[in-house]
Amino acid sequence: MKRIFYNALNAVGVLLTLLVLWRTLIWVFSIPAYMLPTPFAVAKTVINRFSSLTNSFWITALAAASGLLVSIFIGTTVALIFAQSQWLRRMLLPYTILLQTVPIVAIAPLIIMWAGAGLFAVSLITFIICLAPIIANTTQGLVSVDENMVNLFLMQNASGAQILWKLRLPHALPSLFIGVRIASGIAVIGAITGELFAGSSSIGQGGLGYSITYALAQLQTDYLFALVLAASVLGFLFFFAVMFLEYYFLHNWHESARKTESQ
Amino acid sequence: MTTYTLNSLLPARSNGLAEIAFSGVSKSYGNKAAKSSQKVLQHVDLSVQRGEFVSLIGPSGCGKSTMLKLVAGLTSPTSGQICIDGMTPANAREIVSYIFQDATLLPWRTVEQNVGLRLELEHTTRERRQEKVAALLELVGLSHAAKSYPRQLSGGMKMRVSIARAMSTKPRVLLMDEPFAALDEISRDHFNEEILRLQQEQGWTALFVTHSVAEAVFLSTRVLIMAPHPGRIAHDIPINLPYPRTEATRQLAAFEDYITTISKTLRGVQSQ
Ligand SMILES: Nc1ncnc2c1ncn2[C@@H]1O[C@H](COP(=O)(O)OP(=O)(O)OP(=O)(O)O)[C@@H](O)[C@H]1O
Ligand SMILES: [Mg+2]
Repeated sequence: MKRIFYNALNAVGVLLTLLVLWRTLIWVFSIPAYMLPTPFAVAKTVINRFSSLTNSFWITALAAASGLLVSIFIGTTVALIFAQSQWLRRMLLPYTILLQTVPIVAIAPLIIMWAGAGLFAVSLITFIICLAPIIANTTQGLVSVDENMVNLFLMQNASGAQILWKLRLPHALPSLFIGVRIASGIAVIGAITGELFAGSSSIGQGGLGYSITYALAQLQTDYLFALVLAASVLGFLFFFAVMFLEYYFLHNWHESARKTESQ
Repeated sequence: MTTYTLNSLLPARSNGLAEIAFSGVSKSYGNKAAKSSQKVLQHVDLSVQRGEFVSLIGPSGCGKSTMLKLVAGLTSPTSGQICIDGMTPANAREIVSYIFQDATLLPWRTVEQNVGLRLELEHTTRERRQEKVAALLELVGLSHAAKSYPRQLSGGMKMRVSIARAMSTKPRVLLMDEPFAALDEISRDHFNEEILRLQQEQGWTALFVTHSVAEAVFLSTRVLIMAPHPGRIAHDIPINLPYPRTEATRQLAAFEDYITTISKTLRGVQSQ
């Protein structure tokens, strides 16, 4: 308890130092507000434009969350298919790596051309970049089951469905969570990148990424900073949500979740 | 339910009622297309009578685990026949239990859920299962740890859970592949006495793989020494030590003699 308190105190201390440094820089080099607004100006903008800020926040959150959830669902399904045959894995797994390495900024315009600008296109972009880590990690978890554990089930004449639900899937859960953890980090980035290209089909109704391009064009640098702040908060929320779920599902039995518990 | 004691089973043994029978069993791994198919077992004949405790001992890679897998029907012989109580191994699975060296507990299940796994897989009702699991935990002295997860248990406790799970289906044949290899010597001795006590109570037939000569002698009615390249049974040594076998058994001169003889034979087999 005491340690948590001191850690929080440290974090606040670092933040205050950074804010002071920020303000001092502007003062020393006399940086104009359109290039770097003061912390105070940013705070004021957050309060003044809170409703449009939260509006953008939720649009991006929705796009990132839906893209991530669908990628978890589809990724797990693909992993289940991959787990059935080594031949299939050897043939198709390299392509999931391709999925990960292809630059999203290069294919985003294509997706917008096919799907039209808006929430759907942004979710789709998020889905595509989240898919690879989930497929790769979950497949690994599904196929790394100890042979004797499978034998144990076979000795009981267990059905394929029983082996899947009672052995392979729970065994793969920690690996699935590694994939989800990675994916949740890039989901927010993916959604915002998507929005830079395809944020909205109607003006003023876009997510954080869309509003960033808008604020930049208008030279509203203080609002731009507020948007960046909101994007970081969103990233944090995703991170903690996944950590909470991981703890909830794994802390009883798995080491990875137990380590976070003892920190 | 009939309870057997080992003594009541001794006459049955001489009746020639074979629980496990191998006749001319050979086993190669690798398909016929692959030229480098490896001969793991060559022409093994074996007859194990009901209630016997037979140990397999031999150099690494001579096919001990393969013998057990054949009995369990987890792999099939390339040629020859195996009968378990008159059935094919695949059909006899219901009366066979398997204990592996690493306790193979499912880490996401509590001790009682692990013990109940096999009952659950064969759709035993929840009430019946709880009743049986409680009795099994009592049997292995783990009632207090029913709600623990495997990571909270010592190696010995994990093995107890594994034994309880193997007993859950009232096996007639128990296959054990180096079950106590990971335990310290004192726990191992203790487990050896307990496994014999369980056998006396329940009367199953045991096929037991070990690398410890002392353990094999202490437990067995017969010790089979296997030789490699290709795997075969090289020596079949009956152990005529009195029952019940306890700590005192280990002090007997005959016990020491068996160990000396078998160790020497084993060295001979290994240096071939
Ligand atoms: N699934 C398999 N596919 C191919 N070869 C196998 C397979 N299982 C075992 N073997 C080979 O068969 C031989 C005998 O293996 P086995 O596991 O039965 O030996 P073992 O006597 O139990 O050895 P150890 O004492 O090390 O456990 C070994 O050479 C091994 O490489
Ligand atoms: Mg082995």
